[in-house]
Amino acid sequence: MKNINIIFIIKRLFYSIFVLWGLSVVIFVLMRIAPGDPARMALGSRTPEEVVQRFRIAMYYDKPIYIQYYYWFKGMLHGDLGVSLVTKHPVLEDISQVFPATFELAIFAFIFIIVIGITIGIISARYNNTWVDNLGRLVAYFGIVTPSFVFAIMGMLIFCYALKILPSMGRLSPELIYPPKITGLITIDALIQGNFIVFFDAFKHLILPVVSIGLLGMAEEARITRTSIYNNMRKDYVVAAESYGIPERVIMFRDVLKPSLNPVVSILGLEFAAILAQSFLVELIFNWPGFARYGMVAIIQKDLNAIYGVVLITGIFVIFGNIIADIIVGFLDPRIYLIKERSEKIR
Amino acid sequence: MKKTIFSQILTSEKWENVQRNWYKFSQNRLSIIGLITIFIILFLAIFAPFVTVHPESVGRYVNFEEAKKPPSLSYPFGTDIYGRDILTRIIYAFRVSLLMAFVVLLIAAPTGVIIGLIAGYFHGTWIDILIMRITDIFLSLPILIMALAICAILPHNLLTTMIAISLLWWTWYCRMVYGLVISIRGEFFIQAVELIGAGKLHILFKEILPNCLSVIITKMTLDVGGIVLVGSSLSFIGFGAQPPTADLGSMIAIGVKYLPDMWWMAVFPSIALVIVVLGFNLLGDGIYDIFTGWET
Repeated sequence: MKNINIIFIIKRLFYSIFVLWGLSVVIFVLMRIAPGDPARMALGSRTPEEVVQRFRIAMYYDKPIYIQYYYWFKGMLHGDLGVSLVTKHPVLEDISQVFPATFELAIFAFIFIIVIGITIGIISARYNNTWVDNLGRLVAYFGIVTPSFVFAIMGMLIFCYALKILPSMGRLSPELIYPPKITGLITIDALIQGNFIVFFDAFKHLILPVVSIGLLGMAEEARITRTSIYNNMRKDYVVAAESYGIPERVIMFRDVLKPSLNPVVSILGLEFAAILAQSFLVELIFNWPGFARYGMVAIIQKDLNAIYGVVLITGIFVIFGNIIADIIVGFLDPRIYLIKERSEKIR
Repeated sequence: MKKTIFSQILTSEKWENVQRNWYKFSQNRLSIIGLITIFIILFLAIFAPFVTVHPESVGRYVNFEEAKKPPSLSYPFGTDIYGRDILTRIIYAFRVSLLMAFVVLLIAAPTGVIIGLIAGYFHGTWIDILIMRITDIFLSLPILIMALAICAILPHNLLTTMIAISLLWWTWYCRMVYGLVISIRGEFFIQAVELIGAGKLHILFKEILPNCLSVIITKMTLDVGGIVLVGSSLSFIGFGAQPPTADLGSMIAIGVKYLPDMWWMAVFPSIALVIVVLGFNLLGDGIYDIFTGWET
């Protein structure tokens, strides 16, 4: 049993590396077939032609595309994603500077999705077909059809401008000093330092972006949890447990919840991708100095090296998010590996 | 004996089928709401020049006397900074959203279906492996991020945005049809047709494809909302239809700059966007009900 798990995970890892490599090829080709001369774009229209020519040779832009890819790939293996054409810093350095801000958003969004989504799902399933259930389903439906940026704007209008209870921009109020950088996550750093004023202020700044980013995932989780628990509540073993007179609460949390969480967790890997995608829009609205906003600026300014970097790193996170979800599902239900193994053989 | 026009056109069997499907569809009140919403939106979009009060607001039009007006009787959703009627622009923006969804589905669905059919039929060979690995690579990233990266390198207009989304969207159809074909391929009737000596094309398009159609159609209706969402997200960032063309995403993006004083510039297009997506999702759920029955 254990062996199968490890073999399965190793297989997944190898496959993921292949997918990542494929992604790097696709993105590279897309960027290189783009109209416009990359060397000219990097240096601006006023630079003399000889300088551009020298730059072109230095960056291998004059060579065929597969040779360009070879040099780019070689650099990437050494952790060198090239130099951003806008900031003139190495892309990886830029990204590592801005990543903690997005990571903080993502973590809180993840917590929001898990806690609120699963809670709504459990309550909906427990009180199914009552007004509580209908309310929960309504919330979930609106979560699915409301784009994150629309929710962000509405939330901003209501909570920041009309009620004036939440801040609208940035990570921290301007009058407060950033805590010393330990993890880069302001809330955590403030807690480590014991500075609760900063913590609460940073937390207040987080609320709206986190809810906007997590809304879609929360809604999906709520729906899946509800269906999953609803179906399991009608299984024979639950009816049997009820007939023994075991309190409902115990059955719910001890017997029903765990098997019901399988689909919920395996979707979480996808939610991680959704969180990253949504943050590209939401960070722009809340002026959040994060990874996604860096990516957006790169995209708008056609900063090719930075776009590679952002897309590739997003890919890495999404793919490893999925692997982690697979591993957790395996712990919850070891049979899953066997099923997957078998279905792969059939395929 | 009274006969409706429909029953004359359709044979009685088909008519019964329509009635049965309609019954299944109408069992859920929400699907009906979705259907009505979509009808209204389609009507408004098609007859936009006739139903709007200020059709001049769509193009390059400036009327500073009426600029920045809050919602009133003559301008139900207010006017923007150039004095253009927001309601008119929203109705015209429906056209862009619907066109986007239509074109993307027209390109992506057939492409994905055909590639999926091929991959599924040649399952286990190198063709299958090649196609499905490429699909996996495309699916490894959120569609929005990939679309952003593609839009970034192309000139910014509606056509390139539609191409970018289509380039990514076919993978869903490919995956789905691939799975379906593998399960259908093992059925006896396919083996029977193979034994008779039918050609590969006949089997793929005349035997397997019809059995996938219901799922494909359901997926297509459910996808409209998603495509409208991705499209407006892209135009919110500045890709897609360029000003002065009215587009929900870009209208919201402009409106955000004038929050909170001129709230109507962002709020009404946002609500319109949510209604479009909601309508198509409800309709899609209804069509899903037709094909699956009441199992849920």
